[in-house]
Amino acid sequence: MSTFVLLSITGLGLGAMYFLIASGLSLIYGLMGVLNFAHGAFLTVGAYAMWFTESKLGGVPLLPRFLLGAIAGLAVGGVFAALVELFLIRPLYRRHIEQVLVTVGLALATVALVTAIWGNDARTVAAPGWLGRTTTVVGAHIPNDRWVEIVTALVVLLALNAFLRRTRYGLIIRAGVENRSMVTALGIDVRRAFTLVFALGGIAAAIAGVLSNVYFGTIDPQRGTSLLIFAFIVVVIGGLGSLRGTAASAVVVGLVQQYANYYASSGLGDLSVVLLLGIVLLARPRGLSGSFA
Amino acid sequence: MSLLSVGDLHVHLGESHILQGISFDVAEGGVTALLGRNGVGKTTTLRALMGLVAGAGTIELDGVQLSGKPTHKIVRLGVGYVPEDRDVFAGLTVDENLRLAERDSEPRYELVYELFPELKERGKQAAGTLSGGQQQMVAIARALLNDNRVLLVDEPTKGLAPLLVTEVARVLERVSELTTVLLVEQNLGVVARVARDAVVLDTGRVVHIGPAKELLADRPMVHRMLGVGSAAAA
Repeated sequence: MSTFVLLSITGLGLGAMYFLIASGLSLIYGLMGVLNFAHGAFLTVGAYAMWFTESKLGGVPLLPRFLLGAIAGLAVGGVFAALVELFLIRPLYRRHIEQVLVTVGLALATVALVTAIWGNDARTVAAPGWLGRTTTVVGAHIPNDRWVEIVTALVVLLALNAFLRRTRYGLIIRAGVENRSMVTALGIDVRRAFTLVFALGGIAAAIAGVLSNVYFGTIDPQRGTSLLIFAFIVVVIGGLGSLRGTAASAVVVGLVQQYANYYASSGLGDLSVVLLLGIVLLARPRGLSGSFA
Repeated sequence: MSLLSVGDLHVHLGESHILQGISFDVAEGGVTALLGRNGVGKTTTLRALMGLVAGAGTIELDGVQLSGKPTHKIVRLGVGYVPEDRDVFAGLTVDENLRLAERDSEPRYELVYELFPELKERGKQAAGTLSGGQQQMVAIARALLNDNRVLLVDEPTKGLAPLLVTEVARVLERVSELTTVLLVEQNLGVVARVARDAVVLDTGRVVHIGPAKELLADRPMVHRMLGVGSAAAA
């Protein structure tokens, strides 16, 4: 029982990270039709900004150092994403092949740049001691960072939902996901919403980057790329453009990965997720939420 | 006096030369009907005026050049649009559809609810669950919320039951008292009721401009240009 609980909470923690990356990816595709292969770069940049800030605040106590690092990571991730939209995506509006080429190129360039500056080796990330300890639930010793990941993802989900439901920009984004041309035909400059969605997606990915630093205890240049693959799977399973579908899909993918790794064979987790993707696409080509695809 | 002026407008969609240099004026006030058989470029004309498809030529609204401007700026200059097939946001409620369309500091909800009282009752209902007629009300209401100089209305009676067609015609009459309307419409009964002027397109060219009543009274011309029986024009 305790093993099952541990696997479940760890799977939810992993799913929380997938959701944080996939939410921005899903909204960006839903609104703009952009398959953003550079989304992992937002995570990497945010994660490195956090680590770099922490490393420059040597004399500061660990908790404020960690929080300042996290804030810096989020800010850099959001600004980087907004700049990518303004200078790389906007000139290629509706030129989807070129967008794919540019975002793939940016993803590769970001990894190369980070590697050139800080090397390919994993760097240790300092985190408050409490995050490294465990809490016992039904006999299972759950690492505390899993709780932080789950709670953070829930807060982000609720915040994004409130933003989409209760603000004018949220209204524009929801309408734009349905029919972008008609939004402009109501006199709305939808490009501002594009930049905003990119910035929000960048911040969410950077949160995932900060949390992945805690989850793995280290940071390396490939982190964004490796997590992005699963984020894409989550988005496709959930239904492109659907936040709720993405959240449900992230939970399922995280749990399936953990259960398969333990109950089947270590390493089968990744394969099981790909199989799950195939099954969902055969049964519901538009994903769990029935949106887009 | 001309409010909207279109000069030598060309539109290519893919390999097709849809609009082949059309020119016409829309006088201020009242309804100008844009007529023609299916596929002659009526909807493309409205989409080009809105900047939703790229075109070459001149489009002026009261002397201000619209061609080349992005759609949202054209709208902010006072051009309202009611698209063919309504294009309401199905996942948004009626209230949200209307709120999204608010542009003026004092949107004209009184007018909208006077014309379409049903929309007030259905404010919390998802627009995608409305009937075709109710969706058409939402589409027209969105354009009426703001004080537009001209409204481009594309086939507002398409697919509606006869009773609703009469209702839409009544609304168009009322709207034409408030603003200028360029109306694409296949139902010649509605055109006869509301339109003052008519512009007829054929294969991407303007083939007739004149008073709507004169055109509709000339049954052989109606048959030749619009390909419909004289009974439709009655």
